[in-house]
Amino acid sequence: MITVYVPCDSAAVSVGADEVASALEAVAGDRIRLVRNGSRGMLWLEPLVEVETERGRVGYGPVTPSAVAGLVEAGMLDGADHELCVGVVEELPWLADQQRRCFARVGVTDPLSVTDYEAHGGLAGLRAALAREPADVITEVTDSGLRGRGGAGFPAGIKWKTVLDTPGETKFVCCNADEGDSGTFADRMLMEGDPFCLIEGMTIAAHAVGASEGYIYVRSEYPDAVATLRRAIDLGYEHGWLGRNILGSELTFDLFVRVGAGAYICGEETSMLESLEGKRGMVRSKPPIPAITGLFGKPTIVNNVLTLASVPTILADGAAAYAELGMERSRGTQVFQLAGNIARGGVFETAFGISLGELVNDYGGGTRSGRPVRAAQVGGPLGSYVPASQFDLPTDYEAFAEAEAMLGHGGIVVFDDTTDMSKMARFAMEFCAEESCGKCTPCRVGSVRGVEVIDRITGGEDPDGNLAVLNDLCELMTDGSLCAMGGLTPNPVRSVLTHFPEDFHANPREAT
Amino acid sequence: MPETTESPVELVRAIVAAHRGERGVLLPILHDIQNRFGYIDPDLVPALAHELNMSRADVHGVITFYTDFRSEPGGAATVRICRAEACQSVGAEKLVADAEQVFGVKAGQTTPDGSVTLQQVFCLGNCALGPAAQVNGRMYGRVDRGRLIELLANEGDA
Repeated sequence: MITVYVPCDSAAVSVGADEVASALEAVAGDRIRLVRNGSRGMLWLEPLVEVETERGRVGYGPVTPSAVAGLVEAGMLDGADHELCVGVVEELPWLADQQRRCFARVGVTDPLSVTDYEAHGGLAGLRAALAREPADVITEVTDSGLRGRGGAGFPAGIKWKTVLDTPGETKFVCCNADEGDSGTFADRMLMEGDPFCLIEGMTIAAHAVGASEGYIYVRSEYPDAVATLRRAIDLGYEHGWLGRNILGSELTFDLFVRVGAGAYICGEETSMLESLEGKRGMVRSKPPIPAITGLFGKPTIVNNVLTLASVPTILADGAAAYAELGMERSRGTQVFQLAGNIARGGVFETAFGISLGELVNDYGGGTRSGRPVRAAQVGGPLGSYVPASQFDLPTDYEAFAEAEAMLGHGGIVVFDDTTDMSKMARFAMEFCAEESCGKCTPCRVGSVRGVEVIDRITGGEDPDGNLAVLNDLCELMTDGSLCAMGGLTPNPVRSVLTHFPEDFHANPREAT
Repeated sequence: MPETTESPVELVRAIVAAHRGERGVLLPILHDIQNRFGYIDPDLVPALAHELNMSRADVHGVITFYTDFRSEPGGAATVRICRAEACQSVGAEKLVADAEQVFGVKAGQTTPDGSVTLQQVFCLGNCALGPAAQVNGRMYGRVDRGRLIELLANEGDA
């Protein structure tokens, strides 16, 4: 039997992977063992079919269902050459140049195979953690330099230590999988492609802080991730990776998946906690911080998917090996996501420090439309638009902050030169108005006023006076909002004002 | 489907009972009700509030906070089109306009014949293969006007 891989990742499925898998079964079902793996993250090649050969896994993509019969006839199952053949997948520069730690197994294994998971290094981190005292586990995480991958970049070890040091019978580990930012899909790909890795990371966190219960809060827009996680958790219980006496230790940890209901704000940690408690997702005032007064008022770790999924490798290989990667205070790897108008989009995990230009132009291949890149929005809807002239910026939290931009979670959305940037600035305000929880006035009302003022400026109504109003409004939202939603919405707006002021002249494009 | 003898209120009680012992159960319960009925009938709110020992206002407040929960039936098919930045960079705004023209309703509305509910959504996590859309919970990439019509036709056959 020849092993053939067709991804089950929902991005691959969105362009026909299920139909390709059915076609393969129909044409060669008796000769192959079909494995539905996660996606390798080279999304422009999806559906990417891989065939196990003596040379390694040979890839073909993008494959359409109607091309399957011809491919099989041309010898695909022996790894034969073909116009769709991309060669041995792991030798492709796009993959070979990455430093995959968090995503080491994604695309390689069957996401729900416990044997695959252990055979590819799974559980090594948890075993190492269980052999050590909780405080030592936290020291390891602190020494690795791991910072929150959700965007804020807060040191994970310090957060965990606060939870450990806060007395309490009941503590929680919550995973924020409400990945609502445009241009980000790495959380989803990890949950669909290597769910046990997240479960292992959360279990290590539970041991480290003395928590007995955990929740993964997944957005409802990700039904496949929800289904995969639930099956993975069931398998985890069956194999003694969850529940009582995990891997024969004293640790008891129960894990649940909870599904959001279409509210972007629930990606804000306190709003997520409110939602987990069954309430409206209204942001809480801080302090108290969730590490001390979190879910149901108990000490709670709230970490992003990729933060928790980076923990197993840190425990398995040691803090030093992780901290060796990266630059300055940004240690380890970042899972960059190349998105939007990009020729070769997908997931690129590498050490911090690589320049934005290398990612967008060299690996990403520039725009999909073939036109010049005008800007990239980095860090989601609350991140700045970085003009192509600044693409030599190294991907480092502090370097971005200095350039008045935000590295955030490493989502990079590319725009070509036909983009009217004033429309993007307007959209930032419109999005904030749509998704604000409504608790604080600067965000709730400021965003509505922001849209109106931008309309006046682009409509040619007292542009200078209204620009002053817009700047004033941005300052107020930044200083006066309760959370990052209202506080950071001015980022994209101001970056457009700074780098693309010409777009704010009355309808520049319509005039031509 | 066999006729059920249980009234909607009894079904709500059964759903609540199934979640007993779990923490912060309102959202999972509301999801179950919507999955069962397709929407959350405001007439069920008093019974739900009673079962959970909450005020009707609190339950209503939660239902109306989240865009997923609807208080009236949706169309036979739900089409959600992503309007977030990554999809905008490859033509999402045009796709939304096309969809509005094809279905003859605005985003957020249901066609008069009840066949399609059209919604906007901010990010489906398919940002490298946009414009993205979701039809009855299944995601599609690189969607344009022609592919959208094709998808709906296929859904009708399914």
